Amino acid sequence: MSQTVPIPHGLPTERDASPFDPPREITRLREARPVSPLVFPDGHEGWLVTGYDAVRQLMADTRFSSRQDIGIVHALDNIPGMPAATEPSPQIPGLFIAMDPPDHTRLRRKLTGAFTVRRMRQLEEHIIDIVERQLDEMARLTPPVDLVKEFALPVPSLVICELLGVPYADRATFQDNSAKFLVKNPDLDEKMAAYGAMTTYLAELVMSKHAAPGEDILSDLARDDDLSIEELTGVAFLLLLAGHETTANMLALGTFALLEHPEQLAELRADPDLLPDAVEELLRYLSIADIFYRYATEDIELGGETIGKGSTVVVSLLAANHDPKRFDHPDTLDLHRKARGHLSFGHGIHTCLGQQLARIEMRAGFEGLLRRFPTLQLAIPADEVKLKTDMNIYGVHELPVSWTEAAR
Amino acid sequence: MRISADRERCIGSGMCALVAPDLFDQDENDGRVRLLAPKLHSGLSAAREAVDACPAMALEIDESRD
Repeated sequence: MSQTVPIPHGLPTERDASPFDPPREITRLREARPVSPLVFPDGHEGWLVTGYDAVRQLMADTRFSSRQDIGIVHALDNIPGMPAATEPSPQIPGLFIAMDPPDHTRLRRKLTGAFTVRRMRQLEEHIIDIVERQLDEMARLTPPVDLVKEFALPVPSLVICELLGVPYADRATFQDNSAKFLVKNPDLDEKMAAYGAMTTYLAELVMSKHAAPGEDILSDLARDDDLSIEELTGVAFLLLLAGHETTANMLALGTFALLEHPEQLAELRADPDLLPDAVEELLRYLSIADIFYRYATEDIELGGETIGKGSTVVVSLLAANHDPKRFDHPDTLDLHRKARGHLSFGHGIHTCLGQQLARIEMRAGFEGLLRRFPTLQLAIPADEVKLKTDMNIYGVHELPVSWTEAAR
Repeated sequence: MRISADRERCIGSGMCALVAPDLFDQDENDGRVRLLAPKLHSGLSAAREAVDACPAMALEIDESRD
């Protein structure tokens, strides 16, 4: 094992290879030491895992805990005004992404029935309708328009609002606050205010579901006496945030990636049957939800290294999905690739709950957009597209696009 | 050949029902795996794909059993 690459201090985040590939230092590190020590901004010596096999093994092993309340989980972000943690964070009710079994199991099982492959297929026609309506609206605008604002963000927001029973009219509240919550190095007061505003809004909403349940997921959960209002609020927060920010970024960054690979795009336009594989490949290639944290509850061997009890361990799904040991020519977007096996929805018990919904949204979204806008193009030079390197979910802040004619 | 599914491990990701819909379905209430045909006559490659795709490692193929 080569040790020529120095131990990184902090996480490299600059997209110096391309807007889509991992930072060069991450790629070098994966080649030299796929399970590497990492010095955190507060001085903690933890670990960074970048190799596909090691990441997959780690995420399947619940000794790498997702809890924040056992020991200190050291942060990579440097939040001004935030003192270094001196004790574990308390567990937030309902936020099962930060729980282990059996607490995680109890909450997740209340939701899995609502996101099955069959249920999502039943929603497909309706999701296509939502996409078409949004594209109708976009076609009426005079280009250039921001694809994020006019298409990528509205589509998944409309879908998750309907599924959860959140009024779409309230989108400004949850979209703005979600965005603020996902800033990597935010003003601490602003982040707390955004979180407070979201939880206050959602607590009121779930109480209204309690009083007058309707036909939606939050109402179904509100009928369950086993769940407290605090837990319901936490679950609602998680589903709403994960339900719109992720797919929105995939649609916008995915469109950017396709426009930057015109030959691939032409092949996709020519053969819509390629779409399911294309979606998997875009998921792999872009890996918009990249960085996840775990806490080692004991000494654990991983990839020939010993990760000490109490270490904070960070995984890069982007790095794992670009591992040449698993995917040939990983930094090439190849829509014909069978990319299944990518880790973009995670692995292990915390695997994305909404992945089957996301697949359908992306198929409908890309299919509709490419069909209706056959001359879609970037309205600014590619190197002027503002990348979300400052956010916890990657994407583009805006994607100005234009077209010469829109199809019915 | 038989497939077995551990419903305690299952997290209802739906990957098995997605990649091998002839072999697997999901429970309507909790989304957990339902075996449609434990005895495997054909579709071994789809079954293997499902085993590999399961994020919870809840599926196994027992090649020694009929």
